[in-house]
Amino acid sequence: MAEIVIDGIRKAFGAVVALERVELRVADGEFLALLGPSGCGKTTLLRVIAGLESQSEGRVLIGGRDVSRLPPRARGLAMVFQNYAVFPHMTVRDNVAFGLRMAGAEAARTDRQVRRASELLHIEPYLDRYPSQLSGGQRQRVAVARALAVEPSVLLMDEPLSNLDALLRLEMRAELKSVLRAAGTTTIYVTHDQTEAMGLADRIAVLQDGRIQQLDRPATIYSHPATRFVGGFVGSPPMNFLELAAAGGAVRLGALTFPAPADGPIVLGLRGEDIEEVTAGAGFPLAVLVVEPMGSHTLVTGQVAGHRMRVVLPSERLPAPGEDIHLRPLPGRLRWMDAASGAAINPPNP
Amino acid sequence: MTLRRGIFLSGVATLCAWTLVPIWLIALGAVGGRAAVDSWPKSFWPGSASFATLGSFLAIDGVWTATLTSLEVAVLCMIFSILLGAPAGYALARYSFRGATAYRLLILLTRAFPVGILALPLTVSFIRLGLYDTPVGVALIHAALALPFAVLVSASLFQGIPRELEEAAWVFGCSRPRAFLRVVVPLALPGIAATAIFAFVISWNEVFAASVLTVRHRTLTAYLLAVLSESPLHVQFAGGLMLIVPSVVFIFLVRKHLFSMWGIANR
Repeated sequence: MAEIVIDGIRKAFGAVVALERVELRVADGEFLALLGPSGCGKTTLLRVIAGLESQSEGRVLIGGRDVSRLPPRARGLAMVFQNYAVFPHMTVRDNVAFGLRMAGAEAARTDRQVRRASELLHIEPYLDRYPSQLSGGQRQRVAVARALAVEPSVLLMDEPLSNLDALLRLEMRAELKSVLRAAGTTTIYVTHDQTEAMGLADRIAVLQDGRIQQLDRPATIYSHPATRFVGGFVGSPPMNFLELAAAGGAVRLGALTFPAPADGPIVLGLRGEDIEEVTAGAGFPLAVLVVEPMGSHTLVTGQVAGHRMRVVLPSERLPAPGEDIHLRPLPGRLRWMDAASGAAINPPNP
Repeated sequence: MTLRRGIFLSGVATLCAWTLVPIWLIALGAVGGRAAVDSWPKSFWPGSASFATLGSFLAIDGVWTATLTSLEVAVLCMIFSILLGAPAGYALARYSFRGATAYRLLILLTRAFPVGILALPLTVSFIRLGLYDTPVGVALIHAALALPFAVLVSASLFQGIPRELEEAAWVFGCSRPRAFLRVVVPLALPGIAATAIFAFVISWNEVFAASVLTVRHRTLTAYLLAVLSESPLHVQFAGGLMLIVPSVVFIFLVRKHLFSMWGIANR
């Protein structure tokens, strides 16, 4: 059992606050993604959990044990670094066996677990090579194998795929997911790539400015962002936001009237694919500016009520720039946000 | 042959000549005897090579003792420089502390004091401490001369080793000292060896401090300065050659360690 509890972790570098009282509970065997733009504190949080950085306040508990003051080696975890950090002066075999040897495991057990980890990541052919003789993707596998070989109860990953090219990243992503599911390891995975977080994680914690903005299942984060920031960060294309004015409990957009939860300035959030095209007069007009055929769909960027909006249309639909198309939101897909704070007004109801 | 290649080759030739011609001329003087030294124009080929001068040089009383002293001093200097310089370099590379930049500058400033000015006070202190006329005493001064180099070179050496490698070692069960020994030292070893060799050569070639601080236990340079100033030219050339050869041989033997053995394959 290795549940991770982050209890009021605060981290300041001098006057700069990197983490502001973060509370987080990761269940045993769960895959949690820490998602956020660079500088949001996600890597700092991971390093605090690993013991590579000391927290200013708060506690970290792993499997019920307070590890806040323990050095990294005593925390019972493994880590995959962004630059892999495989030891260049050791063969792949020695790299993978490193953690076990340092823990003083007997040779038979070391051999067995090294073999299992290398099979899992398909690196058996390279066991006697040096890292400099491997490609980036292979080194990445070595780094993961080194972490899995110790059969850790907790695995921390710091943007492990960010240095791979797009195709390899896609392939490794699927592989990582199946490998980690099989291992049943509690995993915290730091990434700035929202598709990676969506695809891999059981739950996602979205961070901004050292605070967790939202912690939920990927589908909920996507469909019910807790703040304007989350909606804009998660999803490709990001959620559209229209700053409108509500009066008498309603907002008008083109020929449509939507019941608004509050009067005054309000933000309407709408995902690009949550619309349907209708005939003129049955929706709101979008003045088309750019059309991008993506193969599986067509991405249309246009202007509505003075706001930029990106919508997703079927791939066979290719409107011409300059044309007006008429759209209507799908029922139940409108999200309302406070114009000042950006917080969602109708919180997700799971 | 393209122009670019021509420029490259002539550059190589110039650099080689820059180092090798003086050594060759000294060697000629050493093996050519009195006649070759006095002749003009110089011939670039020894007319009659003979190792007689070298032999007689080696037979000079005290040359072997002085050589041994030189070796002892140089090895001690090497050890002192690495033992003190590598940790200082590591600290400069890994920890940001108040005044780190000033400290770097200060290290360089130690070379700003001419040994000539320090000679008298040093001699007095060394006599008081019982270090005067001992190899350890000379090695300490030589280490002081070699240290700025050792500190700054090892700092850049450690800076070149990604911190993540050390962090990975910590995560996978190493204490800090153990991670240093298992990961940092093997990767830094070629560079540290190079630093050590430079410290050795600095000590081997140093003559002023060695002359001032010793009387009976002279290093080879100090001994030759004292003895050879009265000797004929060809014997001086023989002495010069004997001083050059060990440093060249030493650097030649460890030349492959001067280049990184694995290359830091991290990205």
